[in-house]
Amino acid sequence: MPRLSADQRHTVAFTLNGLPVDGVAEPRMLLSDFLRQTLGATGTHVGCEHGVCGACTVEVDGMLARSCLTLAVQVDGASIRTVEGLAPAPDRLSVLQAAFRRHHALQCGFCTAGILMSLDAFLKANPEPDEAQVRDLLSGHLCRCTGYTPIVRAALEAAAELSAQDTAACQEEPAHA
Amino acid sequence: MKPAPFDFVRADSRAEALSVLKAEGTDARIIAGGQSFMAMLNMRLARPKVLVDIMRLADLATLSEAKGDVLVGAGIRQARLLAWDDLSRTLPLIAKALPYTGHVQTRARGTVCGSIAHADPSAELPLCLVALKGHVHLATAKAKRKVAAADFFTGMMATAKADDEMIEAVSFPVAGREGTAFREIARRHGDFAIVACGAVATDTGIRLAVGGVADVPTARDFPLLEGSALDDALNSFAYELDARDDVHASARYRRELVRRIGRATIEEALTCRA
Repeated sequence: MPRLSADQRHTVAFTLNGLPVDGVAEPRMLLSDFLRQTLGATGTHVGCEHGVCGACTVEVDGMLARSCLTLAVQVDGASIRTVEGLAPAPDRLSVLQAAFRRHHALQCGFCTAGILMSLDAFLKANPEPDEAQVRDLLSGHLCRCTGYTPIVRAALEAAAELSAQDTAACQEEPAHA
Repeated sequence: MKPAPFDFVRADSRAEALSVLKAEGTDARIIAGGQSFMAMLNMRLARPKVLVDIMRLADLATLSEAKGDVLVGAGIRQARLLAWDDLSRTLPLIAKALPYTGHVQTRARGTVCGSIAHADPSAELPLCLVALKGHVHLATAKAKRKVAAADFFTGMMATAKADDEMIEAVSFPVAGREGTAFREIARRHGDFAIVACGAVATDTGIRLAVGGVADVPTARDFPLLEGSALDDALNSFAYELDARDDVHASARYRRELVRRIGRATIEEALTCRA
């Protein structure tokens, strides 16, 4: 039974966007602070620090999680995805990110990292969502710029584009060997 | 807003978790999904000296139906229960109420038993436990006991759980032919309920549980009343809940919601009977 003492820093190692990372943290250190301050992964934003605003939402072992309601020591050995892991290449946006850009689904961008993580996970599980489902998901995030309408539009358009891609991929005939 | 320092114990077995509670008593707290408790730590409303993480205990992450009960282990997250294929058949009230608990993002991590342990008077799962006459299964290093929902919640965020006890599971009786309904009013979807109502209707009577008004979710059994008799009964119940004014709503508004939402919930439950 590992007991990590309050006054020492302990090694925390996990997979971040597919790459192994590690650092040291006091037991009380939040995952949001560990990502930003220890690992320098500042794409994840910190808003309210009590689980309400959703800005710090990341994916832990495939589950959406408020990183401000998660301790760094709790995710030792886990697989974590953050907004830095969404783009397929440094010069290319993901389908969802590109839709956000087209629809002006962000203004100041503070809430965007969390919303992208939620929508990315949600669209994988629900490839053909309706507007009510998207709005239900977005109820877990606060955005004070957009009024949400462009975010909903971007999400629905990204969903349509992603499922069209999936269909195309299915229909493609394998090349001759 | 950062938590005050604490030791962190990653329990590898139930016995280990319980031994820490026994040794540390009031200074130790269990952490599961952390969706309520982490916020309290961040705001330093809670300052335990030791935190015991139970989420790596596979034997607590069990969900089963046996002997007329659904047993939900302490490691079961809300999203897991909501996605359970048998939920609508076995616990239709919870299938209706759970989508109101927090948001997709918090249900992904928060546990069913954690919400019961937190005992927020406006929370949906404690209300369902009371409405359905469920039980809380508690354990210490030495003994186990089972507490009825009505006896478990003792006040606002206060329960009958002793400092050296841990919730191992909660159980809900499997639904029969009764009709159920759930409604709530909140500022925004997923916010704390101003008033939440859960109703269970059988051929002989109605049970209405109300959250968000009294210090604890409170249930009342009524005979099959109609018209003004039902209004009168709900009015008495609304006053007996001793609503208070707060920043979200006045006491009078809460009583009015009990009268109106209570009635709508009861009527819906009556029509849902098999």
